[in-house]
Amino acid sequence: MNNILKISYRNLKRNHRRTLLTASLITLGVVFVLVYTALSGSFKNYMVGQITDSSMGHIQIHKKGFIASVENLPLDKNLNAKSIEYLEQFLNDSKYIESYSYRIKFGAAFSNFVSTTNIRLNAIDPTKEFATLPALKDRLVEFQDLKKGQIIVPELIAKGMNVKKDDPIVLVANNKKGSVNGINLKVAGLVERISGPGGRDGYIHLDDAKKVLRIKGVEVSEIVIRLKDNKMLKEAMVELNPILNKLNKKDKPAYEIHTWQNLSPFYNIIKMLDIMNLAIQIVLISIVLISILNVMIMSVYERIKEIGTIAAMGTPPKTIVKLFLTEGLLLGILGAILGGVISLAIVEILNMIQITYSFGKQSNLILEPVLAFKDVIVVGAIVIFISLIASISPAIKASRLDPVEALRSN
Amino acid sequence: MIDVKNIKKVYKVGELDLTVIDDLSIIINKGEFVSFVGPSGSGKSTVLNMLGCLDTPTSGTININSQDTTKLDKTKLANFRGEHIGFIFQSFNLIPVLTVYENIEYPLIMIQNLPEDERKQRVENLLKEVGMFEQKDKTPDKISGGQMQRVAIARALVTNPKIVFADEPTANLDSKTAHMIIELMKKIQKEHNTTFIFATHDEKIVANVDRLITLVDGDIIEDKRVNDE
Repeated sequence: MNNILKISYRNLKRNHRRTLLTASLITLGVVFVLVYTALSGSFKNYMVGQITDSSMGHIQIHKKGFIASVENLPLDKNLNAKSIEYLEQFLNDSKYIESYSYRIKFGAAFSNFVSTTNIRLNAIDPTKEFATLPALKDRLVEFQDLKKGQIIVPELIAKGMNVKKDDPIVLVANNKKGSVNGINLKVAGLVERISGPGGRDGYIHLDDAKKVLRIKGVEVSEIVIRLKDNKMLKEAMVELNPILNKLNKKDKPAYEIHTWQNLSPFYNIIKMLDIMNLAIQIVLISIVLISILNVMIMSVYERIKEIGTIAAMGTPPKTIVKLFLTEGLLLGILGAILGGVISLAIVEILNMIQITYSFGKQSNLILEPVLAFKDVIVVGAIVIFISLIASISPAIKASRLDPVEALRSN
Repeated sequence: MIDVKNIKKVYKVGELDLTVIDDLSIIINKGEFVSFVGPSGSGKSTVLNMLGCLDTPTSGTININSQDTTKLDKTKLANFRGEHIGFIFQSFNLIPVLTVYENIEYPLIMIQNLPEDERKQRVENLLKEVGMFEQKDKTPDKISGGQMQRVAIARALVTNPKIVFADEPTANLDSKTAHMIIELMKKIQKEHNTTFIFATHDEKIVANVDRLITLVDGDIIEDKRVNDE
């Protein structure tokens, strides 16, 4: 095998310009795929992190029918004390769940004593909410703590209503029976908006919500769950699946469980990014396939007499196939290694430069491309495998050449 | 020994069947220094290719050392050539990316798969025998035509073949070099008792062979012993 490698290597060296050109083309393709993967991965990770760590959590549990009418923020589809007790058994026993938090979601009128606007609110237990959504605090401006009697106001409303930290405001809301109630609150800070559902909601303390909505006892709209790792989503959903077996009085499932992927429209963008990634990989495969096929066919036609000579001497067809396959393989390996190294260097440079970008209303987001070693290996393996595939046809053609005809050629 | 019985070679040219060799029979004994001669198109190279197992006859049998080579498939023919036959070509046909040493070593690695010690011994002996030891690390583009043909002879002999086929081996050489090459082949034939079979127009080879077979239009018109010592 060493000798086949040696001869193949020297054959590639013989046409070093062509070899370099082909390897460069493959390298370029590999760099394109890997850098794109790193960049799109950075964007994807940031957005997924924003959605799951500062707004939606990984999984949410609601009373059946809540999500269908979520735009109306229904108060008659809340989970009661009995339901919560039932659900907590599953949540506390789960090996995938890190923490969970309760929310009452409702709409109210927000007044600064001069003018009034509508506001969507999440009533939370701050300790549990911040443990479940660790990045939520990053979205809060001029904020220290959320206590009873305070409100975190969405930045846009604060700007429109001209309110700032420590300003008094009034919330007026209807409870589920239709009666109106109000509560005086003080602004504890502002919250930056993010894309997706719940990205423009304000926050108040759970006890204040109960007071204004006149809720007696325990009642929540949703349970937001944080997993130990987003990658455990599938396993966690399987584990929580028995919850769906619980039936209500109408013999229908009493609860509904959704992942952030079901709830966030951004998941479709992520899927699009993955499809684009796949498309770029197909382009890379085509580049490698055509380059190697082209160079190997040329190589066979240029060396017909040489192939005839080695065949005449008694080189078995199998060995001739190996010689040409090894040449294609070496080209692929060269392109894959160069591409991998250059991509790692580019990603490193991009991280040093710290390029910023905007997404929706968010700006100055830093691009932090990460190139996983696994991605480099997978792309490299694809390139090498395709190089081998592309070399098969020219190699077989070489091995099937008639020695007499081959020796006659010039 | 080569025993050729009633071989026929027909090429298909479009719709036509072109018979190049028709009912040719011949016996060539071990250690003979024999040449096929004849005008261009007489079938010399075709016969040489069939005897050298590069081509198969349309009908008839070719027995080489009791093996009917017409019965062998492509891979077995390749193996048979690797074990029993050496070739010397008009254009030397050395592998350009390999050095002189590696060109000679090539059949021992790729065909006979011999251990390195034995390869080294065989290659170095032949390099000395053909007077190319000093040039062993050069690539073919760095040596002369005569030197290339010496290397080609060494490569043809390195597998210890029983028979060496040489198609116009001196055609690309000047007169003096051609003489040296013929002398070299003659010396090797005597020392190793190797059968040398040529196809040539070259009078210098004709003057040195033991047996001369004249072909015209695919038929043997003369088969005579010459230079009998």
